[in-house]
Amino acid sequence: MNGHRGFSVLRSEAVGAVRTALVSAENLQLTLKTELSQEEQHLKPHTHTNGGPDETHTKGYCTEVNDDLKEMLESNKESLKLEAMKRIVGLIAKGKNASELFPAVVKNVASKNTELKKLVYVYLVRYAEEQQDLALLSISTFQRALKDPNQLIRASALRVLSSIRVLIIVPIMMLAIKEAASDMSPYVRKTSAHAIQKLYSLDPDQKEHLIEVIEKLLKDKSTLVAGSVVMAFEEVCPDRIDLIHKNYRKLCNLLVDVEEWGQVVIISMLTRYARTQFTSPWKEDSVFDEHSVRAFYESDEEKTRDETEAKAYVMDPDHRLLLRNTKPLLQSRNTAVVMSVAQLYWHLAPKNEVSIVTKSLVRLLRSHREVQYIVLQNIATMSIQRKGMFEPYMKSFYVRSTDATHIKSLKLEILTNLANEANISTILREFQTYVKSQDKQFAAGTIQAIGRCATNISEVTDTCLNGLVLLLSNRDETVVAESVVVIKKLLQTQPTQHSDIIKHMAKLFDNITVPMARASILWLMGEYCERVPKIAPDVLRKMAKSFTSEEDIVKLQTVNLAAKLYLTNSKQTKLLTQYILNLGKYDQNYDIRDRTRFIRQLIVPNDKSGALSKYAHRILLAPKPAPVIQSAYKDRDRYQLGTLSHTINTKASGYLELSDWPAVAPDQSVRNVEVIEPVKEWAPSLGKTGKSKPAKSSDDKFYSDSGEEEEEEEGSGSSSSDDSSSSSEESGSDAESSVEKNSSQSSEESDKSSSQSEKSSSESDTEKKKRKTKKPLQKKTVKPTAKDSDSDENRNVAKEARSSSAEESSSDSESDSDTDADSGTEHKKKTKSKAKPKVEVKSNEEVSLLNLDDFTPAPVTQLKSSVLSPSLLGDLEGLCLSNVSSTIQVSGPAFVPEKSHDLLHRMTGKGLSAQYQFPRQPCLYQPTMVSVQISLTNTSDHPLEQIHIGDRSPTGLNIHCFNTIECLEPEASVTVSMGIDFNDSTQAANFQLCTKEDHFSVSIQPAVGELFLPITMTELDFHKEQGKLLGMNESSATITMAAENMTSQPISRPVATVANLGVVPSGQDNVHRFAGKTASSGAVVLVTVELRELSTALITINTEKSVMGSMLLRDLKQALAQA
Amino acid sequence: MIHSLFLVNSSGDIFLEKHWKSVVSRSVCDYFFEAQERASEPENVPPVIPTPHHYLISVLRHSIYFVAVIQSEVPPLFVIEFLHRVVDTFQDYFGVCTEAAIKDNVVVVYELLEEMLDNGFPLATESNILKELIKPPTILRTVVNTITGSTNVGEQLPTGQLSVVPWRRTGVKYTNNEAYFDVVEEIDAIIDKSGSTITAEIQGVIDACVKLTGMPDLTLSFMNPRLLDDVSFHPCVRFKRWEAERILSFIPPDGNFRLLSYHVSSQNLHPLRSTSLVAIPVYVKHNITFREGSSQGRFELTLGPKQTMGKGVEAVLVSSQLPRGVLNTNLNPTQGTYTFDPVTKLLSWDVGKINPQKLPSLKGSMSLQAGASKPDENPTINIQFKIQQSALSGLKVNRLDMYGEKYKPFKGIKYMTKAGKFQVRT
Repeated sequence: MNGHRGFSVLRSEAVGAVRTALVSAENLQLTLKTELSQEEQHLKPHTHTNGGPDETHTKGYCTEVNDDLKEMLESNKESLKLEAMKRIVGLIAKGKNASELFPAVVKNVASKNTELKKLVYVYLVRYAEEQQDLALLSISTFQRALKDPNQLIRASALRVLSSIRVLIIVPIMMLAIKEAASDMSPYVRKTSAHAIQKLYSLDPDQKEHLIEVIEKLLKDKSTLVAGSVVMAFEEVCPDRIDLIHKNYRKLCNLLVDVEEWGQVVIISMLTRYARTQFTSPWKEDSVFDEHSVRAFYESDEEKTRDETEAKAYVMDPDHRLLLRNTKPLLQSRNTAVVMSVAQLYWHLAPKNEVSIVTKSLVRLLRSHREVQYIVLQNIATMSIQRKGMFEPYMKSFYVRSTDATHIKSLKLEILTNLANEANISTILREFQTYVKSQDKQFAAGTIQAIGRCATNISEVTDTCLNGLVLLLSNRDETVVAESVVVIKKLLQTQPTQHSDIIKHMAKLFDNITVPMARASILWLMGEYCERVPKIAPDVLRKMAKSFTSEEDIVKLQTVNLAAKLYLTNSKQTKLLTQYILNLGKYDQNYDIRDRTRFIRQLIVPNDKSGALSKYAHRILLAPKPAPVIQSAYKDRDRYQLGTLSHTINTKASGYLELSDWPAVAPDQSVRNVEVIEPVKEWAPSLGKTGKSKPAKSSDDKFYSDSGEEEEEEEGSGSSSSDDSSSSSEESGSDAESSVEKNSSQSSEESDKSSSQSEKSSSESDTEKKKRKTKKPLQKKTVKPTAKDSDSDENRNVAKEARSSSAEESSSDSESDSDTDADSGTEHKKKTKSKAKPKVEVKSNEEVSLLNLDDFTPAPVTQLKSSVLSPSLLGDLEGLCLSNVSSTIQVSGPAFVPEKSHDLLHRMTGKGLSAQYQFPRQPCLYQPTMVSVQISLTNTSDHPLEQIHIGDRSPTGLNIHCFNTIECLEPEASVTVSMGIDFNDSTQAANFQLCTKEDHFSVSIQPAVGELFLPITMTELDFHKEQGKLLGMNESSATITMAAENMTSQPISRPVATVANLGVVPSGQDNVHRFAGKTASSGAVVLVTVELRELSTALITINTEKSVMGSMLLRDLKQALAQA
Repeated sequence: MIHSLFLVNSSGDIFLEKHWKSVVSRSVCDYFFEAQERASEPENVPPVIPTPHHYLISVLRHSIYFVAVIQSEVPPLFVIEFLHRVVDTFQDYFGVCTEAAIKDNVVVVYELLEEMLDNGFPLATESNILKELIKPPTILRTVVNTITGSTNVGEQLPTGQLSVVPWRRTGVKYTNNEAYFDVVEEIDAIIDKSGSTITAEIQGVIDACVKLTGMPDLTLSFMNPRLLDDVSFHPCVRFKRWEAERILSFIPPDGNFRLLSYHVSSQNLHPLRSTSLVAIPVYVKHNITFREGSSQGRFELTLGPKQTMGKGVEAVLVSSQLPRGVLNTNLNPTQGTYTFDPVTKLLSWDVGKINPQKLPSLKGSMSLQAGASKPDENPTINIQFKIQQSALSGLKVNRLDMYGEKYKPFKGIKYMTKAGKFQVRT
């Protein structure tokens, strides 16, 4: 033992000294190895066991076990090592110290065995802090792993590296985090977001650098990363709200797809954000309060409209966006998510919308006890302010005998809060049952609740009082005591006619032993002694007898009673009072002595007592205000609901205050995203087509005023600048906001572009429209972010949009479906309501015209988001794609099918016939579009004028229209090209082909194969890409082929006919490879056709667009089997 | 977020600890033990306990307290939900979540905890992903592992977490492709003394066991989706589609999972009359009396079926917490067995199946403590039962379709009604 102690002293000295001490280590029969690490390890056990509380007698055993383990770790057998590590982990789990094995363990850090490695990681993370020098030995292993081609290995290396809490490696961690933050794999980026917090807690000095990384990661578009980076943001720099602006809309749109834990964090951050950025939606909404109970699915927009019309408040569209995008999360299975949405609505939504969270909150009550506890607490706070929200669900708060006590009292609290004139009888009946509960604490709580109901609702005060008096004869002491206390409070509020109750209580006095109850009765006697002139002195007499054995609180009240009686009825009680005051004078408790002394001076007139005694009567018998019985949950909502601080009702460390609404909203334009971001690494690898230049110029020409576009792009901040063009008279009226300006401008532009400018609608009309256009418009701007759309959902959306209304709101695709439907219907209503006051009866057609005007801005905005023009964009992408093999390039089509499809038959087109075909050229207008050639022929006998494209659906559909054809002579034909962004779905693009007189609805239905662009790549790249797209991204099928098709030429032919894919040179004869990417999102599509014996072939398709993959597979199967 | 986790058993021993950030001394649990001592019942321990430097958030499951140590502000439900998810995962892995099971599998437990949280923030909580990372222990594998020294950590790195469908693992293959759905409804009710219903509501879940090869895309439609207006979904369900068409469309996780849970309150069964109630499948006739001054009390209980849609009521179990004054009981059941624990005063009667012709009853006397006064409340009776092949709300699945794969799966749907918190006040 002495030796050990010696070591610990030595250990504290310099390392050199430690080494010399090794000599004595030998005395301890520890095998000395040559390596330094081991030497130190031998030192460790002693320093440790000495310091620890686990002292001496176990140490011998420990060392023995540890030696054993060490031997196993050093053996060559993997299984022994593993076994040893398992036992070590067992020790750690039990909280036993295993730090002395560090050197032996750390050697295995580079082991090939996954499980062994994992266990070593577990160990390392636990002990690295204590064994800093040794931990450094493992760092190089992690540094190597950080470069591993496998993303999961990179991620886990970063995870462990950042968990090692050793200050020296901070620079290494910083470097690793920075690198990982720009890793290709979103999973690694997620890990780096986690590492940020770890590094920050290790070394807060790194804050500035870390904020840079956070800023970078916030821009990330992966749902995997979003939650983690927001978490890092909250921990490192929650005050840097400015970092959120540009990402706000993206976060809102991604929210539904983020994993559940991330959702909670993002929602609570956005709640804080919104409170600083938007104005309060609560102004004067008392008007709406009562017809506020709306059906769950009713349109939100409509409400906004109500409000807009009633008063000046207009909800910021971004504010609305947040509310709308969080609503579906009320359906989450994760209770934390539901709660966080509920608190968001509570703190942000207009008062009349908050109640949509009720049902979901009540549903949570079915969950575990702990969940119930938290949810009930929050409901308790809410129900104080908004009874109406939970009143319909009152029965869900009925108490069951099996509930835990704290659950019971919370339910009681809520029931009390919900009580009103209408339901009080039901609640009181329920309370009656509770009073009889075997859980006496709960019964006492119920009595208090009854008291609160009685004070709040004057109609039932008498009933409650009578009920409580009955309880006075209850056998249980706590019940009686509680009743007395509550009755006392109640009587105080209306003491006039209740002398019998006081008498009744006086009778019970002897049987009541609970001090608080006795004290209460005494107080009542004293206070109302004039009403019970006979009984009061008698009670005092009894008290005088038992004074010495009473509790302090009772003694104090006895003194009070005596004093009051002395003042009112001194004849009878003078002696008694003096007796009691004498007893009190010598009481053990100084409070009682003090009180006695004070009272004596006050009431008994003597020469020393000053002027005060004259006022004794007024002092002691002053009318006292009735106590207000109020809930413990009143004002709890000063803390954000759902937080820890709210639960414990004190500020928890790290609690972030929810700021008050700003009086004036800060600049909204900060959230506009102006420049298209170079999207994900794998995003469209757009070839630099030579034709992009003319494309730009044609754009410019089409939209006539390129300067204006420029302006828009700059964030449309200033309000005067965009009035430049013809709109001055309109913009005068709508000094609303810059965003609106922006939209006004675009709608205006659309007015110009589509010749159907609407003359009849008045100025105010247009303004209103604009306000609405603003919404889809802004969605547009954020659009490129929400690009991982599930094509399945696309289909849904389309259906929905079609079914919801015939008119076309500018829906987009994807997650905003309900939005669009909403805005569509909203619009309809609005147009109607507008029409009324103006007397001018509008025909249906006019309505649709209105729509046309409203929603044509779509292409304009789309353009805005990519103002950079294809060529510039191409360049940019080329730059950011440097990590993807440069050999992947868009190539020309291998084969262009001549087939053209009918778009409009001449009969239906009243002489205008149209056909379309896919030229399979990269679209000039926008990289994400598919180019379509349309040949228009005039078969009639008169010239057709002003042929152009009108309304389209689905509304978000992005079409680059051809220039209006001013005139088409009879028998003449013209070929125009247009671009359509099919959004990687085969859903038909519907639009109207208009002439001056008519419009015809037409639709273009692309085959899946037309949605691709061919790319060339080497076989090696092909394999690499294929490797990334395994699993669910792969679909395959075996087919039987005709024998003559077994050579390469006939294979590539049908494939090329079906799909616009490029041929990849193949080293094997029997394997044919084709590659392409989807036009809209640029996802790589790889097709492999492997010929096998017996004329079978295996078709494999790898793409992350699995739906497209399976459709393509179906087409290919058909084509190859036919051929 | 979550700093450390301690597992405490019912006798107050910490049998497992895990730290995600720096180590927190286990003495922090003393505050928890204090609270535990103050609480009369195990479940009365408050879920959130503030201590000077930390906050303890605990859940109690299977008589194990899972105590999480928190250092700064975090939504408490976040932690609670996570802890429950941990318990669910353990249960999934070991079949039961007991102290013994956890101790036996301490390595797996540690590996799981390591994967589930990174720096206190949840990382992988989907059971499908976890199972890819760490293979659940089976007897066979344990034997094989000890012989060959191989491991239960997956060699294959998981793909699910990285894909668009994070809840499903890839490369699923079955020889028998089957998809089973259980519609289980629990009825929560409070019946008052006179037999009238005070409150009744139905809590339903659809649990699925899907073993399908590849990447199937399923749609499930209902005959009467109107009933489902208060639902929560597994993340796999496409919410938009549900909103638009009232059809459940989803790519299922592999294996067992809860597809959705729903709540049917009396309101949405009869939208016009909010007072109308859920059908109550059993009734209870009771006569429990204590007489003043007598040391005897009478106990009579008869059960009968009512509104059961022609299905038999099975697995009936009656339990009641008798007042403290009751010393012992002397009862006669017409069927089944009954027990009375004189210490906890818990009476339980395992009835079995209710025969409508011969209603089961339990009659007899209770002996009371001499001289003790008459208990002022009659005991509450809790009833459990099952009704097979019917969902009380009337919810019916219309059809199940599969897209994306070619084979024909075997499909099955089962309905069941159970009693949830079914209480009769007497």
